[in-house]
Amino acid sequence: MSIHSSVMVDDRERRVAHPGRIAAWGLALALLAIAPFFLYPVFLMKLMCFALFACAFNLLIGYAGLLSFGHAAFFGAAAYISAHSAKVWGLSPELSILAGTACAAVLGWIIGSLAIRRQGIYFAMVTLALSQMVYFLALQLKFTGGEDGIQNVPRGMLFGVLDLGKTLNMYFFVMAIFVIGFVIIRRVVHSPYGQILKAIRENEPRAISLGYQVERYKLLAFVLSATFAGLAGATKALVFQVASLIDVQWQMSGEVILMTLLGGMGTLLGPVVGSVLVVSLESYLAESGFPVMVVIGVVFVICVMLFRKGIVGEASGWWEGRAGRKAS
Amino acid sequence: MTEFLSVAPQVLFGQLLVGLINGSFYALLSLGLAVIFGMLNIVNMAHGAFYMLSAFLGWLLLTHTGLGYWWALVLAPLTVAALGIALERCLLRHLYRLDPLYSLLFTFGIALILEGAFRHYFGVSGQAYPIPELLKGGHNLGFMFLPTYRAWVVVFSMAVCFGTWYAIERTRLGAYLRAATENPTLVQVFGINVPVMISLTYALGVGLAGLAGVLAAPIYQVSPLMGSNIIIVVFAVVVIGGMGSILGSILAGLSLGILEGLTKVYYPEASNIVVFVVMALVLMVKPTGLFGKEH
Repeated sequence: MSIHSSVMVDDRERRVAHPGRIAAWGLALALLAIAPFFLYPVFLMKLMCFALFACAFNLLIGYAGLLSFGHAAFFGAAAYISAHSAKVWGLSPELSILAGTACAAVLGWIIGSLAIRRQGIYFAMVTLALSQMVYFLALQLKFTGGEDGIQNVPRGMLFGVLDLGKTLNMYFFVMAIFVIGFVIIRRVVHSPYGQILKAIRENEPRAISLGYQVERYKLLAFVLSATFAGLAGATKALVFQVASLIDVQWQMSGEVILMTLLGGMGTLLGPVVGSVLVVSLESYLAESGFPVMVVIGVVFVICVMLFRKGIVGEASGWWEGRAGRKAS
Repeated sequence: MTEFLSVAPQVLFGQLLVGLINGSFYALLSLGLAVIFGMLNIVNMAHGAFYMLSAFLGWLLLTHTGLGYWWALVLAPLTVAALGIALERCLLRHLYRLDPLYSLLFTFGIALILEGAFRHYFGVSGQAYPIPELLKGGHNLGFMFLPTYRAWVVVFSMAVCFGTWYAIERTRLGAYLRAATENPTLVQVFGINVPVMISLTYALGVGLAGLAGVLAAPIYQVSPLMGSNIIIVVFAVVVIGGMGSILGSILAGLSLGILEGLTKVYYPEASNIVVFVVMALVLMVKPTGLFGKEH
């Protein structure tokens, strides 16, 4: 119990506004805001969508300790629903994204309530199998367009006034979604609920003995993670104006795992760093003609063998170690 | 006996045979996964990739050296097993002390490397592998036509499955293996070389996948995608059967293959997802799997 309360105190201290922290946030926001004037905006939007996807995935693996091998199901299903509602039903972009996200949340609740019945490696296999079922549904259902997917999705007018067909408008819309998503995920992680999740991850029997209904906490974490993965997928569908089978394939689940692993599981910034690296690497390799899949596999092996904490995890470990030596 | 629920017997028995064939592959693959899981406590995500690799080795042997099916049936699984030993000795061994999720991610990386390399060099389209001379043709059983090669696959893979079961459950070596699964330290104290045993177990598991790969080559086309296509279904089979029992994984593999074949006859749209639906139902009713035990 003493450990638990000390964590809470530590957390409360952290939440007190620190000038350096505010400056860092401001700098990051300013950089994001001016970035589209220097870099290719569509690429930056892709980065933000995948960064949000990886942050959502990290909520589950990093803080609840559950490895889902099927997050592409939520990402892809939301992409399909938002593309379909924007194109066929003619909904406005904000409503299409909401519809996609809501669909991912429901799907997350269904898959989550089945998957949390098993633990560890079985959990990974169950989520992989269920997401493959979603893939086959996407392949066979009529509205998803089979191998072609849903193409030429209109971006539409945001709240009926702002034309998202203009790249810069779309960029700031995506940036707002990413920042809001990131802030909510950060808030969840630092909330008492996030602390309980970590307690369950560290020692599940102990958490049960303390009276927590572990299953419900896990399910909520799963649904939250699926919802934000869906938000990322729904946004991605509007950015690229396409939803296709690539979004629901198991390779996509593997990619988001790699982004999180490479950046650092259980760190807030890790998934962002990881997704920037993986997406940049992929777009670089796509031009070189070198097999992307092999490189991804090699990065997986290197991460697992050499730095399991990921880039951000190792860096902050090194920083804390240095600070510790200075203090003593 | 002309019609079953308005389906011609030829179609019904034809699909049952296809189901039985698929079931044999599911059984061989899930058996290999169960053997590896029992000893190493890891899920081998590279299992499908080894299956694909072995089918390709057989095809390459045929096209580059002219060595036929029977050579492939011996050489390809042995090569895959040797590769498995090298992988286990050099890399996988370092991950046993960690959370099993790391070895899962590691083997997933290996699977991506293998599949990506073959995709790069051979494309995603399949290569045809001819049926060996000895097993060509078939028999007309009156109610259906039975191709000899397919009968051979079912009989041979069943023999291998039950041979493996016998070796693990009924022989002295198998007893060592089961003992080492329960308590490796104690078995090592009795003078048995447990690390070597672990390597050989991994080799046996991936070797079984290799055997399935060569058997599958003349039936399906040899393609880089064949591994990942089948392995996700096999994972669902493993969740349904539970990895606790050898016999359970064989039975679950066979019966789900047959169920898939039947679905193809009566409701073809659902044949891709029926195994996953069964998995969801089993998770609701008996989360540990039909033959599994709680760990």
